[in-house]
Amino acid sequence: MSYSEKLLDHYENPRNVGTLDKDDGDVGTGLVGAPACGDVMKLQIRVGKDGRIADAKFKTFGCGSAIASSSLATEWVKGRTLAEAETIKNTDIAQHLALPPVKIHCSVLAEDAIKAAIKDYRAKHGDAEREAAE
Amino acid sequence: MRGSHTQVRTNHPQLPIYMDYQSTTPCDPRVVTAMLPYFTQHFGNPHSRSHTYGWEAEKAVDQARAEVAAIIGADEKEIVFTSGATESNNLAIKGVVNFQRDRKRHVITTVTEHKCVLDACRHLELEGSKVTYLPVKKNGLVDLDELERAITPETVLVSIMAANNEIGVIQPLAEIGRICRAHKVYFHTDAAQAVGKIPLDVNAMNIDLLSVSGHKLYGPKGIGALYVRRKPRVRLEALIHGGGQERGMRSGTLPTPLCVGLGEACRIARAEMASEAERLRQLRDRLLSGIQARLPDVYVNGDLEQRLPGNLNISFAYVEGEGLMMGIKNLAVSSGSACTSASLEPSYVLRALGVEEEMAHTSIRFGLGRFTTEQDVDYAIEHVVEAVERLRQMSPLWEMAQQGIDIKSIQWAEH
Repeated sequence: MSYSEKLLDHYENPRNVGTLDKDDGDVGTGLVGAPACGDVMKLQIRVGKDGRIADAKFKTFGCGSAIASSSLATEWVKGRTLAEAETIKNTDIAQHLALPPVKIHCSVLAEDAIKAAIKDYRAKHGDAEREAAE
Repeated sequence: MRGSHTQVRTNHPQLPIYMDYQSTTPCDPRVVTAMLPYFTQHFGNPHSRSHTYGWEAEKAVDQARAEVAAIIGADEKEIVFTSGATESNNLAIKGVVNFQRDRKRHVITTVTEHKCVLDACRHLELEGSKVTYLPVKKNGLVDLDELERAITPETVLVSIMAANNEIGVIQPLAEIGRICRAHKVYFHTDAAQAVGKIPLDVNAMNIDLLSVSGHKLYGPKGIGALYVRRKPRVRLEALIHGGGQERGMRSGTLPTPLCVGLGEACRIARAEMASEAERLRQLRDRLLSGIQARLPDVYVNGDLEQRLPGNLNISFAYVEGEGLMMGIKNLAVSSGSACTSASLEPSYVLRALGVEEEMAHTSIRFGLGRFTTEQDVDYAIEHVVEAVERLRQMSPLWEMAQQGIDIKSIQWAEH
């Protein structure tokens, strides 16, 4: 199987590897996949006061395509609002990295990871807002 | 550390380093030299009886047959040339069962056999035969009591591989042979990985049929052999019909250069097996201890004692196998990870040992062989350690493990 240069670049030089404090109110964490399936992605976002994603970090257990997909996802979400980040589609990731057909599920997982991180942030934020209102 | 690493890398003469000898082996240059005259000079049909071209080819084929027989302690009349171990396994299993079809139709094999044995058995099942697939123990070896219990009056054949292609474990052939003989059941062994690597003796081990592959022992691809016992005689139904070559068991003109190559490969292996095995065992141990000295959470799959000297199959916990292979691109190895196969299932061999799926995804097979050097092994250690450390820093599972979180306690969404 031969991979695209963009994919190999993300694998060799992954962007935004790391961990944000999951207990921080401004941080949303998505953890998707399963060890038994051979892929686990953790994607985290930090939302700034302007409502835009100020920072994003990932850690991935998986093949090169999974690592590249999550690396690209962190790059793409930065600077976007949550609503904008939600529009990132797995097909865009797959196309950008030229994923072979058997690796499409890696891009699906990256999209799931973005959505899970946003959901987690909203759940926290919603709770915080409710607390403030009470 | 980094400086010395870079030095190792730039000093290595040939990259990527081949460490996939259970997949295939290069032809030994001596094998190629022996073969060459039979392409152009002595090109005769070994079955031609009317001129010297034929006689010369026949003589070469007979010599090769004697070499193949010698490496397994057989008589040359008991060797049938085939296109490779897949054909040999098909001929042995289908041939014996089909010949006995009206009397006995039960076959016993194991779940860790090569795909061609399993698939041949599946085919027989579709045609009405019964097949028992024995499980293996955690170390990859068959339970002899379980084997004996599985034998019924209907059993015609036991087919158990000599050495496994993924984990290199060597089955207790002599004990299996003794059980089969006591119950008057034929014993076939797929010895594709074992011939030329470990001593084999069809008489001492009571083996009735044995499959040989050329390209696994530094011979050419496209040639193999099946040993078929003559005393007591094993009868087979042929798969390929035609001119009645190979005593009717395998028709078709013999490929003289390939036969010569297999014979030469067997001759070399027989002469050098003892010293080569010792050398490979030391290299294998050097590779394992070198990796284990620097990386925690590294597990060997399969028995380490009853094992081919050149095989090492390890799981690097928290690092996915294909991701790791991309990171060690200067090593040509293979992985038991799902991602390397079309099936998306991790290795059925590792699963059969009870290796959990998440660990099966992290396995790498290192196959060392005749042309592997100490320098290769030292390079591999550096390369693997560096890649695993890098990928673990990127792995959420490694992070959880370091924080003391039990990965099994998490509700994963299986996808």
